[in-house]
Amino acid sequence: MSILAASSTTATFVAPHVEFGKLSPMLIAFGTATLGILVEAFAPRKQRYGIQVGLALVGIAASFAAVLALAGTTASVVAQGSVAVDGTTLFLQGTILVISFVAFLVIAERKTDQNQDAFAAQGASVPGSAAERETTRRGWQTTEVYPLLMFSVGGMLLFPAANDLLTMFVALEALSLPLYLVCGLARHRRLLSQEAALKYFLLGAFSSAFFLYGAAMLYGYAGSVNLAVIAQHVAHPTAGSTLLYTGVALLGMGLLFKVGAAPFHMWTPDVYQGAPTPVTGFMAAATKIAAFGALVRVLDVGLGVNSAENVWRPVMQAVAIITMIVGGVLALTQRDIKRMLAYSAILNAGYLLIGVTSTTAQARAAVLFYLPVYGVAIIGAFAVVTLVRDAGGEATDLSRWAGLGRRAPIPAALLAVFLLAFAGIPFTSIFIGKFAIFQAALAAGSPDLVIVAVLASALAAFFYLRVVVVMFFSDPLPQGPTIAHPSIAVKTALAVAAFATVALGVAPSLLLHLANNSAGILAK
Amino acid sequence: MHAVYPLVLGALLFAIGLYGVLARRNAIAVLMAIELLLNAVTLNLVSFSAILRDRYGMGQIFTLFIITIAAAETGLGLAIVLLVYRQRATADLGEQRALAEPVEPVTADELSPRNVEAEVAR
Repeated sequence: MSILAASSTTATFVAPHVEFGKLSPMLIAFGTATLGILVEAFAPRKQRYGIQVGLALVGIAASFAAVLALAGTTASVVAQGSVAVDGTTLFLQGTILVISFVAFLVIAERKTDQNQDAFAAQGASVPGSAAERETTRRGWQTTEVYPLLMFSVGGMLLFPAANDLLTMFVALEALSLPLYLVCGLARHRRLLSQEAALKYFLLGAFSSAFFLYGAAMLYGYAGSVNLAVIAQHVAHPTAGSTLLYTGVALLGMGLLFKVGAAPFHMWTPDVYQGAPTPVTGFMAAATKIAAFGALVRVLDVGLGVNSAENVWRPVMQAVAIITMIVGGVLALTQRDIKRMLAYSAILNAGYLLIGVTSTTAQARAAVLFYLPVYGVAIIGAFAVVTLVRDAGGEATDLSRWAGLGRRAPIPAALLAVFLLAFAGIPFTSIFIGKFAIFQAALAAGSPDLVIVAVLASALAAFFYLRVVVVMFFSDPLPQGPTIAHPSIAVKTALAVAAFATVALGVAPSLLLHLANNSAGILAK
Repeated sequence: MHAVYPLVLGALLFAIGLYGVLARRNAIAVLMAIELLLNAVTLNLVSFSAILRDRYGMGQIFTLFIITIAAAETGLGLAIVLLVYRQRATADLGEQRALAEPVEPVTADELSPRNVEAEVAR
């Protein structure tokens, strides 16, 4: 076959039909981000902070309103087959928007640290240089983070909705590129922050290359990058399956990297530790939700045929087991609270992968329930970490936290609520989430996974409870960290997170019902 | 020309890029290796597009997207590498060890109430 004889039949061009109404949540998010850039260019420096924060919060709220307006409309694939707007998409988009709203309240906080937020006054200047001193003297502060993070939110909304691999790739980059940058902008411990940005960027770019190579293989196999067309070719194979399996393996590596599953988790602890803490909370919650949404769509819509499922399921089960073991065991040895929470995020990715590998509708609903309850709890936990401060920023070393419960009972109690939820204590939301996932996995016939998960949970309970013990049953250090008094915004964020964690544990039926209704609907 | 040649070339380029990412220590060299990986992918996409005689030229469109996004990615990556270089006067990845697993893992004993009390007494 000669490849030089290019096709002579070209299709006549038809103007594509784009359903702007159904795409409105994403369009509003990207529009807000673009407006934010204009604000950055034209608004006077003194007013930028107020305008940017207000604009971002209004944008997120408007986007959420659009999601609510779309809820209940029939599931459909819009924009010429490239974006699927269905129950699962809308549920995940709503979750991402709620979590982004809470995260932005914490990110915008300026009261905890002498009227400065968590970001460097000028990202490009070297700490301690004359340029930096000058910026601080004039009181200039970075406000670019808000439009950057809005672009990231837009990408996260598109990622779980993408119905072809090209859209998915664009969404992946739109959500990742701003995050690489924002990771390197911490005001304190700039060295760690910049190193985190470098590591995140290099490994992220590396993994998106794998994602792309996988997409190219699948294109070669099916002749299209649309997930529905790929699914047709998988169901009725016309060629050998070498390209298919190589493609799926490479694509899976790219997606599992974003999810933070072992053995592609190496970036997680370093980046979570180095990044500005409010951003870490945002990443740990929202990125994970978006990435799991995309993973579920690729596996369910593109590779949901039995013959393909039998191939990828054992591999994903192995990944789930390794992820749980790595997350559980390595968290034990950590002395930095942010690093420990990073390993806990890896462990939780393992539980979620159990839900993903059991392809029943029940398991899908369990995953959809677990994502928001986990996201809210981890954002709350990182928000508490931003309050415990030393001279050099946040005091993240666990030994400095001794006796915190006596000096600052409210933040310590809130953190205890989140940690007990992670440990899976009954009457917390994550207990219900874990129960739902384990039950679904048992029903789908994989008791081995559940046994590993329960053992990992027992291990995890040890390191979560250790923090609680250090906080409440040790005497405070004489020169211990101070507890910042946050603004009403952070107090609200913390109260909402703690209330949701307890309320969804006591009365989970509303969210369970919503997750059940949303899980079955996948537009194909 | 046989259809498989450009695909093999693509795979070889990808392998070279992979070696570069894993073996090179300089951040700029790693960035170049990542570009090589992306170029390997675009070569694959374009050749699949020709082999499949795709009416819509999906592979070529995908390639255009990759070129655009890779440009943005490289710009961002260079900015981050420059930032790190200004701070540390080196872009060697082996030197980036401020964030790593703790050398001496914390023991349960160290964090036990009694030991913290002892530290307070000291």
